[in-house]
Amino acid sequence: MNEITVRTDAPGPEAIEVAWRHVQLARHPQRPRTLDLIPHIFTGFFELHGDRAFGDDPAIVGGPALLEGRPVMIVGHQKGSDTESNIARNFGSPYPEGFRKAQRLMRLADKLGVPIVTFLDTAGAFPGPAAEERGQAEAIASSIKLMTGLQVPIVVVVLGEGGSGGALAIGVGDVVLALENSVYSVISPEGASSILWRSRDESRVAAAAMRMTAEDQLELGVVDAIIPEPGEGAHTDPAATGRAIRHAILGALRELAGRDTAELLGRRYARLRGMGAYLETGAASSRPQEAPSLRRRIGRILRLPGVPRRPRWSEIWPSADDDAETERGA
Amino acid sequence: MPIKFPFSRRAAPSDAWTKCPSCDAQVFNRQLERELRLCPSCGHHFRMSIGERIDMLLDPNTFEERDAGIEAVDRLGFHDDRPYPDRLEAARVKTGLRDALVWGIGEIEGVRVAIAIFDFRFMGGSMGSVVGEKIARCFETALAERIPAIVVSASGGARMQEGTLSLMQLSKTTAPLVRLDESGVPFIAVLTDPTTGGVLASFASLGDVILAEPKALIGFAGARVASDTVGEELPDGFQTAEFLLAHGFVDAVVPRPELRASLGRLLRLMPVPVAAEAAPDDAERAWGPIGALSGFAERLGGAVSETIGIDVEAEQGGNGRGPGSAAAREAAVADEAEPRP
Repeated sequence: MNEITVRTDAPGPEAIEVAWRHVQLARHPQRPRTLDLIPHIFTGFFELHGDRAFGDDPAIVGGPALLEGRPVMIVGHQKGSDTESNIARNFGSPYPEGFRKAQRLMRLADKLGVPIVTFLDTAGAFPGPAAEERGQAEAIASSIKLMTGLQVPIVVVVLGEGGSGGALAIGVGDVVLALENSVYSVISPEGASSILWRSRDESRVAAAAMRMTAEDQLELGVVDAIIPEPGEGAHTDPAATGRAIRHAILGALRELAGRDTAELLGRRYARLRGMGAYLETGAASSRPQEAPSLRRRIGRILRLPGVPRRPRWSEIWPSADDDAETERGA
Repeated sequence: MPIKFPFSRRAAPSDAWTKCPSCDAQVFNRQLERELRLCPSCGHHFRMSIGERIDMLLDPNTFEERDAGIEAVDRLGFHDDRPYPDRLEAARVKTGLRDALVWGIGEIEGVRVAIAIFDFRFMGGSMGSVVGEKIARCFETALAERIPAIVVSASGGARMQEGTLSLMQLSKTTAPLVRLDESGVPFIAVLTDPTTGGVLASFASLGDVILAEPKALIGFAGARVASDTVGEELPDGFQTAEFLLAHGFVDAVVPRPELRASLGRLLRLMPVPVAAEAAPDDAERAWGPIGALSGFAERLGGAVSETIGIDVEAEQGGNGRGPGSAAAREAAVADEAEPRP
């Protein structure tokens, strides 16, 4: 288990400043997106479209390409760079068909035996009614499940925003790399603010409290290595950013290339399985008492037929009087 | 021993009565406890505690809790309007639980199962490291003992106070399901009110069979988020169990009084096949629909032949070679999305 950091105070102004600067850089309108970076990292990229069931989701792009002359499969979120392209790309928030396209491409990689490289850059999966009707949760869940079992190496690169389940749906891998100014979180800072602080104005505090910067994620073990960004951030030099990413992916793939499938899957399982922090106290299991009602006690002594002697778990863990919804998760 | 007189209690209506959110009837709490927490006038399904779920689903005296001692730690030092450890403590006092989930081994109508149950009252049933770890251990035990796994969910999603460590529980709880598929161990998801967010976006959507309780709220994003996003009214019954049934994401909506019997039937209809090593080497591969059908009938075996009147012997033809045969295995994997060479 990881060592436990104890920090009970609310995040200070400095931590809030740092966290929010990361969020702003990760969302910078000029930040290079998946399609901007691909030419700096790969050659011969051939984009494939459609989930073969419903449609083509432009918020997820992908297809085969060459990395130093060797074939790989690329899958990534795609945001736009201005209002028009952002509307066309649904601001990088995929519908279920986007995740199903990703699954299709990853199955193809598995069939061909080529490694997969994914790029994460989304505020989250799209939450609208149409997405619900087509099974947004199922699309994410089945994508996660597929990736845990693929027999080819998977390298994940967090480019900008790693937003919750919509990011993880293409973010399960053997190695997870993150650009220096990227962020990764269980819910957007705005969402956390409105749920936990019951206000829209605490996003900066929420960003700091969730420890969503790449460096924090490295410390938590969610990210394995950080890719440095040039100058003031990736948007100042996309070509140099691409070169740095290329170098990091190649390093990760070289490391993974020598392993046989069983070892690869075993290590991936162990990596996923080891995530989280908890304390193992050897506390004994609860055990319901046989209810000591007078009738039962007399019945038991006299061995009367029909006396309920069944211990009831609901006596240990009963329902509370209030059934009100007080808190929720992400 | 303190003596309590019934008339000495203050007549506080909130103590003894609950207002039904569906039909506004005032329901006597004692009656709710007796009636599986169903509203006697409209059948509204009130939420249940873990204890009540165990009592209603499992055979008496069969449930043994596992991994009771796992406790949450505040890895992030999370603080909103109060520190995470304070919230945990308040939830523990309120519910008598260590975290939002209990898992263990028990029997349903005589079939041994690994079962995990959520309690929504513990921080909205949110899934952090403890819940994720317990679910993963539940699945791994089901795999090791070759017994079916069941998860009864009631959760708002991932626990924000543990940041991305909570998000990583989505993959942690999903990874063992790949292994259950490989060894033919079934997993049944039971979705109760509410099942949303990260829990629905992981194992809860991946049951081999998915059952839901009537009118349960089931969805990916909160309904308010969904309507804000599109700026329009949501369709009637949006994100209910019935909505998911209509769109093909759950197998059946089962009223609570029938839940235990439905699980019992499914467990008998989906027996865990004999481990692959035990299968005879000379078993023939059966590809065609007749082969698959016979394999399926064979898997059902005697359990259903009396009840639904399939003549197993006649259907079997020349393909069957016992419960662990290739035909049975083919049938078991026939509907998996990804057949491998």
